[in-house]
Amino acid sequence: MVREHAGQLAAALMRVTGDFATAEDLVQDAVLAALQNWPADGIPQRPEAWLFTVARRRAVDRFRRAGNYRAKLGQVQWPVQPAGDERLRLIFTCCHPALPRPAQVALTLRVVCGLTTAQIARAFLVPETTIAQRITRAKRKITDAGIPYRVPDADELAGRLAEVLTVIYLLFNEGYLATAGPPQSRDLTDDAEWLASLLHQLMPAEPEVAGLLALIRLHRARAGARFGAGHELVLLRDQDRSLWDRPAIADAVRLLTKAARQQRPGPYQLQAAIVACHAEAGHWEDTDWEQIVLLYDMLLHLAPSPVTRLHRAIAVRYTAGAQAAMTELDELAGTLPEYYLYHATRAELLRELGDTDQARAADRRALELTANPAEQAVLRQRLNWT
Amino acid sequence: MKYVLLFVETEEFDRDLEAMGPDERDRAYQRVYQWMATHADKIRGGNKLQPAETATTVRLGPGEPVITDGPFVEGKEVVSGYTEIEVADLDEALRMVKTWPGCPLVEIRPLV
Repeated sequence: MVREHAGQLAAALMRVTGDFATAEDLVQDAVLAALQNWPADGIPQRPEAWLFTVARRRAVDRFRRAGNYRAKLGQVQWPVQPAGDERLRLIFTCCHPALPRPAQVALTLRVVCGLTTAQIARAFLVPETTIAQRITRAKRKITDAGIPYRVPDADELAGRLAEVLTVIYLLFNEGYLATAGPPQSRDLTDDAEWLASLLHQLMPAEPEVAGLLALIRLHRARAGARFGAGHELVLLRDQDRSLWDRPAIADAVRLLTKAARQQRPGPYQLQAAIVACHAEAGHWEDTDWEQIVLLYDMLLHLAPSPVTRLHRAIAVRYTAGAQAAMTELDELAGTLPEYYLYHATRAELLRELGDTDQARAADRRALELTANPAEQAVLRQRLNWT
Repeated sequence: MKYVLLFVETEEFDRDLEAMGPDERDRAYQRVYQWMATHADKIRGGNKLQPAETATTVRLGPGEPVITDGPFVEGKEVVSGYTEIEVADLDEALRMVKTWPGCPLVEIRPLV
């Protein structure tokens, strides 16, 4: 709820103050006040009015001190009804390519989602001062380097939208790869879905936005089956599919199908289509691997990368057998020496082809290369049981 | 807002330029002049610099200044020229620079 109002508040304050840094500070103050007061006093009837009142009070203080009280106060109006455009400007500014990626992520969470510095720091497991510095530097760069507050023109849009989608996808991944944590920890996949959904509302004609939203929803619809009772990772083939949210999956597939009608394919739509193949299968055995391989071919055509080729090879195992997949992996050797999944995949294939010793060596190599406790647990279990 | 565009040449770019015949090289220079003309209303000044071998660097400190041959940073990428521009914001500067037909690396730095 804070998210919904914080972003709109930021956009409105941006219009009034004309200054990104000031608007951002005011929203932060209001959010902190809310987080302090609402748990004790209860959530107010009109939360957006409450937030706006706090922000306006702080704004008045600032203007009084800065000496332009009368002029500015006149502009601070109620109620807050920014056009959809306002929040779009915010999103594109936070994700401007001239800002370093970690700053884009932190700013977007702060300004568009209304998270506090403390919440962002906890979500990424870094000190609060690190996030605070990152945000301060980014705000300074926006001012000093003249980063404008605007929605990009049509000819710049593709590149800029790609930056925004990358930030949202990064947030999703960060949340998705986190092991099951305590219930009060921030769920970044939730924020990622909210952002993608907001962007889709504001830019309904962009198929890649719909693609990313569908991708996120397809993953989240199956989240209930990902972890076992002991918080251990359950591999896709072993997941209890009765725990999957089938209606949510169907909705996401409808969203994706609608986007596909525009005939403007892109990496996120294709990734979503691949995930949809898994999500629509009633059982592991029903998975349409041929379709998945075809989709990877299309994805490689648009966005070639060794990691994508690795994922395609994993699918090839089920269409053409372990040896064929191994041949693909051999061709990739050297492009992904430090990627744990490369070695983990080799290990599985070697095991299937009967070379247990080499398989164990590959699993050990994979274990060295991942810091993710859930992944480590899977690999250790394989080493213990084979 | 005022920015300086720092034009940086790479070894590969220099090699390609060297390997061109005189007509091709002329056309390459023409493209640069054309860019300058197209954006003349935003350009406030600038110069092409002589090659890295002509540079001399002075390091100042507590003792005698140390004078050495070459640019201040030894490397494969060398500043080869600069232009001062005046535009509304960074996006306008980026729009200009995206069409730059010369060397492959350009830094955009705002003036104080």
